[in-house]
Amino acid sequence: MTVVFSFFLLTMLIVTAIAIVRIRDLFAAVMLSGIFSLLLAANFFLLDAADVALTEAAVGAGISTVLFLSALAMTTDKEKAAPSNRIIALIVVTAMTLALIYSTFDNPAFGDPDAPIHQHVAPWYLETTREAIDIPNVVTAVLGSFRGYDTLGEVFVVFTAGIGVLFILGAPSGKPRQTTDLHSEGLRHYLVPRVVGRMLTPFILLFALYVQFHGDYGPGGGFQAGAIFAAAIILYALLEGEKSALEAIPRSWLIAMTAGGALLYSAVGVAGMLLGGNFLDYSVLADNPVAGQHIGILLIEAGVGITVTGVLLSIFHAFAARDKF
Amino acid sequence: MSALQAHLPALQVIVPMLTAPLVILVKERRLCWAATLLASFCSLAIAISLCIDVLNGDSIRYLMGSWPAPWGIELRVDTFSALLLLIVNGSSSLALIGATASLDRDIESSRQPLFYAAWLLALAGLNGILVTADAFNIFVFMEISALASYVLISAGPNRRALPAVFKYLIMGTIGATFYLIGVGLIYLMTGTLNIADMALRIQDVADQKAILVAAGFITIGLALKAAVFPMHIWLPNAYTYAPNMVTVFLAACATKVSLYILLRIDFFVFQPNLSGHDFQFSYFLLPMSLLAILIASTVAMFEPNLKRLLAWSSVAQIGYITLGASLVSVAGLTASLLHMFNHALAKGALFLVIACLGISLSHLRIDNIAGIAKQMPWTMAAFVLAGLSLIGVPGTAGFISKWYLITATLEAGSWGPALVAIIIISSLMAVVYIWRIVEIAYFQPADEQAVVSEAPFFLLLSTWIAVALNFYFGLSAALPVELADSAARLLMGQMR
Repeated sequence: MTVVFSFFLLTMLIVTAIAIVRIRDLFAAVMLSGIFSLLLAANFFLLDAADVALTEAAVGAGISTVLFLSALAMTTDKEKAAPSNRIIALIVVTAMTLALIYSTFDNPAFGDPDAPIHQHVAPWYLETTREAIDIPNVVTAVLGSFRGYDTLGEVFVVFTAGIGVLFILGAPSGKPRQTTDLHSEGLRHYLVPRVVGRMLTPFILLFALYVQFHGDYGPGGGFQAGAIFAAAIILYALLEGEKSALEAIPRSWLIAMTAGGALLYSAVGVAGMLLGGNFLDYSVLADNPVAGQHIGILLIEAGVGITVTGVLLSIFHAFAARDKF
Repeated sequence: MSALQAHLPALQVIVPMLTAPLVILVKERRLCWAATLLASFCSLAIAISLCIDVLNGDSIRYLMGSWPAPWGIELRVDTFSALLLLIVNGSSSLALIGATASLDRDIESSRQPLFYAAWLLALAGLNGILVTADAFNIFVFMEISALASYVLISAGPNRRALPAVFKYLIMGTIGATFYLIGVGLIYLMTGTLNIADMALRIQDVADQKAILVAAGFITIGLALKAAVFPMHIWLPNAYTYAPNMVTVFLAACATKVSLYILLRIDFFVFQPNLSGHDFQFSYFLLPMSLLAILIASTVAMFEPNLKRLLAWSSVAQIGYITLGASLVSVAGLTASLLHMFNHALAKGALFLVIACLGISLSHLRIDNIAGIAKQMPWTMAAFVLAGLSLIGVPGTAGFISKWYLITATLEAGSWGPALVAIIIISSLMAVVYIWRIVEIAYFQPADEQAVVSEAPFFLLLSTWIAVALNFYFGLSAALPVELADSAARLLMGQMR
């Protein structure tokens, strides 16, 4: 049954991808890319990768779509004439696809218990998570602790992206900014979305907090929670106007959140150093190493959530504050 | 002190990385500059200290989160990474000393804190790539350094910086994705991400199709990021439209770090295990290097824009570096690594001169600097001296690496003399494009209306430190030679 579903989803994925490339209307392309992410998330879920599925759904289908739409609002939703040298691109893509297909010929079968990925590091992770960290979700243990340095790096990737957008959009545009635009007015004149949106916002926020703090036990964690939290605020901004959203969370907070989350994560690492362990060693944070791991993972996930929320909202407001390029 | 010593590999990344969020909380631009300068110099001090520790051939290991490798992430510093750490942190520090005058001209003060944060992140990203022993961790820090470099280049005063950086972003992302696909395929077949562990476990599966494809993806992806000919097409515009100080920093080290990853993965994982893999070097990389040297030098001879001229020269110099590596011998690799160091010195100094010129000139075309040596004697003198090093005149750092490269190619076999001829021809081409600039600046009549004055003191200071280093390492080359030689032996030592 899983195979049939996967086959169906992957076919739809290819159809959507071709449609994205072919379509000239950028608004439709954005919508299609949201559908693409949703299909991909469903696929990940079928492969039992619930954490990845949740991330793909929250980031790919959720936040990216909103950011793409903000970009379209500033530029245009019609693609210019296609560049002429598409043949070369087609040849490169075809060659790459053939190489990838060729590489699958010797691959271990899906779910094969003897495959190298199930034999080498994975058993150790399963074993050590139970002994040393004692949380049910091994994925969180790997991301938060065993490979916590990678996750710190990813937080700084998000941080860098945020800085980049603020920096580039902060450049003087030369054109005077109009006082009324889509973003500052919001969708106030649409009654139904406004009423429904108002009802939904607190629940989305609550769900974000659940995803944030339930990461130890089930799928979830700071990245997904941050994206969902930001989505709730952005929804609010779209419905009530950007000004109301900025009154709820002012710009100065956003900068502080962007920097603060990354600092919190690094501070946990440095605390490990000062208490006699290595960088990002949470075991030394408490008398009991397992309790220390719990504290460490809780704090770094909070750091991730804060930075992701801060960056996404900063990017959204930066787009909204700029009229046209 | 010894406790601190043990943490140095981690601090090499953490110091600049942690300073970045602090910098955006400080709004005052001079304070931001001071914090960035301080972090960069701390990082340089750490790099020097690590360098001293590994000179005897040991490698320093550090376990992140105290988890054992290959399950946790391991950092490992050896002479190869130490050499690159010196280049990266040295060029960042040197550029920052004189950066304020040039940056105030290019970037509004309200945006400067974000700019300095991006600078620190680029530095942290490059350091992160150099100290880690984990193939996926390399990717994470590659993303940080790449994103931060795009931000730095986009700060260029000309609006054309944006399309240039967009091209770089697309190319860089494709390169990084190819690398990730390769690492993913290797993980699929070996179950590990630690490079040393990978080298052991890949032996059993070396004949599998997935490994071959992985090697292809990793090589092409990193060659794209390193601007190896013919995948250099993003480089000239990115360097030309970047702010002058950013060009100093990135031209000296960014592509070299990509080459570092390429060589490390290739010599540690693929060369010892994949049969016939060295053919890739002699049949693919070697001719590409020669084409890069000849074609890019030719373009540089006719290019009117000063920055683009030097950028094309960089494409040619990357050719020298890959030429040395493609000989797959200790002598060749020593020459290659030595040239990474010496080219960073020469090109860093030349781009610093460009930054000096950029203070009073708004267009950096070759006709705009007619007779400028009268008004800017210190700047142009620095240009002449750094140019000598780029050409490879005896007594300069550039000579040392060209000498090693020629010696290595002569050992390489029957076609050695032909390679030597190409190296000498391309050096003569460098004489031509450097002399063109010198002639116009010294011997053409100056434009009477133009009001041009000498560059500010701190910018001249960093320029002249760079020039002095070119001569210092030209006359006593013991340190870089020892490092490069030890690193070359390390790489060749992996071959079984």
